[in-house]
Amino acid sequence: MAAEPVLALRGVSKRFGAVQALTDVELEVRPGEVVALVGDNGAGKSTLVKTIAGVNQPDDGVIEWEGRPVSIHRPQDAQTLGVATVYQDLALCDNLDVVGNLFLGREMRHFTILDEVGMEKRSRELLSTLSIRIPSVRIPIASLSGGQRQTVAIARALVGDPKVVILDEPTAALGVEQTAQVLDLVERLRDRGLGVILISHNMADVMAVADRIAVLRLGRNNGFFDRRYTNKEEIISAITGATDNAVTRRQARGSEGQL
Amino acid sequence: MSSDNNPQPGDGEYHRPPLPEDSMPKGGVNAPVPVAAAATPVVDPRLIVREGGVKGYLGEFKRRLSSGELGSLPVVLALIIIWAVFGSLNSTFLSAQNLSNLSQQIVGTGMIAIGVVFVLLLGEIDLSVGSVSGLCAAIFAVMNVTHGVNQWVALISAIAGGAIVGLIQGLFFAKVGVPAFVVTLAGNLAWNGLMLQILGSSGTVNLSGKDIVSRLYTTIYSQTIAAYLLAAVGVLLFLGANLFDARRRRAAGVPYRPPADIALRTIVLAVIAFVVAYTLNQYKGLPLALLIFLIFIVVLDFVLRRTSYGRQIFALGGNIEGARRAGINVSWIRISVFMICSTMAAVGGLFLAAQIQSASQTSGGGNLLMNCIAAAVIGGTSLFGGRGSTWSALLGALVIGSIQSGMNIMGVSNAIQFMITGAVLLAAVVVDSLSRRTQKAAGRA
Repeated sequence: MAAEPVLALRGVSKRFGAVQALTDVELEVRPGEVVALVGDNGAGKSTLVKTIAGVNQPDDGVIEWEGRPVSIHRPQDAQTLGVATVYQDLALCDNLDVVGNLFLGREMRHFTILDEVGMEKRSRELLSTLSIRIPSVRIPIASLSGGQRQTVAIARALVGDPKVVILDEPTAALGVEQTAQVLDLVERLRDRGLGVILISHNMADVMAVADRIAVLRLGRNNGFFDRRYTNKEEIISAITGATDNAVTRRQARGSEGQL
Repeated sequence: MSSDNNPQPGDGEYHRPPLPEDSMPKGGVNAPVPVAAAATPVVDPRLIVREGGVKGYLGEFKRRLSSGELGSLPVVLALIIIWAVFGSLNSTFLSAQNLSNLSQQIVGTGMIAIGVVFVLLLGEIDLSVGSVSGLCAAIFAVMNVTHGVNQWVALISAIAGGAIVGLIQGLFFAKVGVPAFVVTLAGNLAWNGLMLQILGSSGTVNLSGKDIVSRLYTTIYSQTIAAYLLAAVGVLLFLGANLFDARRRRAAGVPYRPPADIALRTIVLAVIAFVVAYTLNQYKGLPLALLIFLIFIVVLDFVLRRTSYGRQIFALGGNIEGARRAGINVSWIRISVFMICSTMAAVGGLFLAAQIQSASQTSGGGNLLMNCIAAAVIGGTSLFGGRGSTWSALLGALVIGSIQSGMNIMGVSNAIQFMITGAVLLAAVVVDSLSRRTQKAAGRA
């Protein structure tokens, strides 16, 4: 496994007024690795993701990109670096077709005239590379199922050739078969050498695709687990705080060097 | 590693280890819809039906109707019914003279309706277009007639005045966050007041009849060739654009329209274009106003459908938050769309002034505002944003104009006319709402 993390958070803290949302949080993502970020409601998952995506700025700590400290002030900064975020609400335009959504905000064009043919060709290539099955790239998003919308949203994140993809609860609203499709897609992203941060409440999903699992509890790291050497119970007790906080943190620090 | 970081098309093949979900049931309520599962991913379903010939077209047509994608069908039907009814009641309605006059009379309302289409695409509304059209007509008339300013300067000032009005209203809407209908409702009153101020005590400024605006409206190319030439150019442009597009698509390996399809569409367009040209030639010929109207429609339709700016307008009408996250400058799009709307109101106002040869205190008043919004909605542009075309301004203005013209010929009183126009507008909005609901039910909205 490639040892160099593409994205690393070192001691990131964030405070909203009286609420200390994040305290000294560490997170590393390597190319070709799926890191599941789990935690209870209010554990700080969304805040952490927004910090990486440039929506919020950390009060303290460093974000390292390919080993260099970087500052991410705006969502565009994150996109320029190569971080693509798929939010839970997908942010797709129902009235536009699949091609229009995939390229929204970065259309291929000659001067200002859209290169529809070029975009359609590229969309087909992208969707077939990801083995995404959609009846047509020219039908409006409104006519797609929830799972297909999710896959389009993920495919859209890939149009800008990112190196890290953040998926915020991609399977939360999906059925069994559609969840399987999205998880397949997550594995395909990993196989393409992308770093994936997967936020999920569903332990089955996490155990199915994640390589490492980072647990957040009350805004702090509460353990890193290797999927191969852990089980659901261990993670759930870390999420709920049933395990001894300090011990798991020391174990996690100790094992980090070997990963 | 580097090749892994740069995804190439074609390196998607992989073999994953068996996962728990592999053993999951593939059926049940969460099974993929048959369409998605059965369709070959690389073939466009619209093309599959086209390959079925006439039967394929009929099937596609039925599917669209049942799923609520009515497009411009209701308005075309309405137009046919209106023309049939008035034509049977009074033979002068379908005379070349009346239809030619109609083609000129709809231009003012239609131009304003084009601007309304832009605002409706955002899912917003502009209630000030009537007043703005009167204001800009007054600016032109007072500058040109009362102060003797060069007619071109007066024309440009009037249109620039419209753009500035749009800028002000757009700033209040996009930057301050005041709801659009409040801003423009206030504007409706304020711009009307400004118009009265500009017109001064006399209240009415008559145009000379020789100025540029009057000539734009009254000029009719009486040569028989003019109307036919326009029809031929339009048909050839349509055919050329379609063939060019099909060739590029074929070269790129994406689905394209089969030649038979293009031929059929071209023939339908040619029949309509040449019948219109023939009718116009039966009277005086091709009115310049109609030509300008068509040019505005075609150019702005191109802007909406084929440029990134137009794509951003549609995106904003579909999902504002999505558009913002995609990096679209929401404020700028909103302000510019309100500027386009007010500018088109100015253009329409000038044509309306030329029609009555004056700018007066009643300019832009009465039911003009309602007619313009009605024209856009009747033509098929959705009130809910994200759906529409500049062509709906032409179709809607034709419907409204036909009803008014027909009832004038019949000698129906204003009271009845207002009631009927109101009913038609309501019917159009009902069709819009119902089709939207059906589309939602059919999963296409």
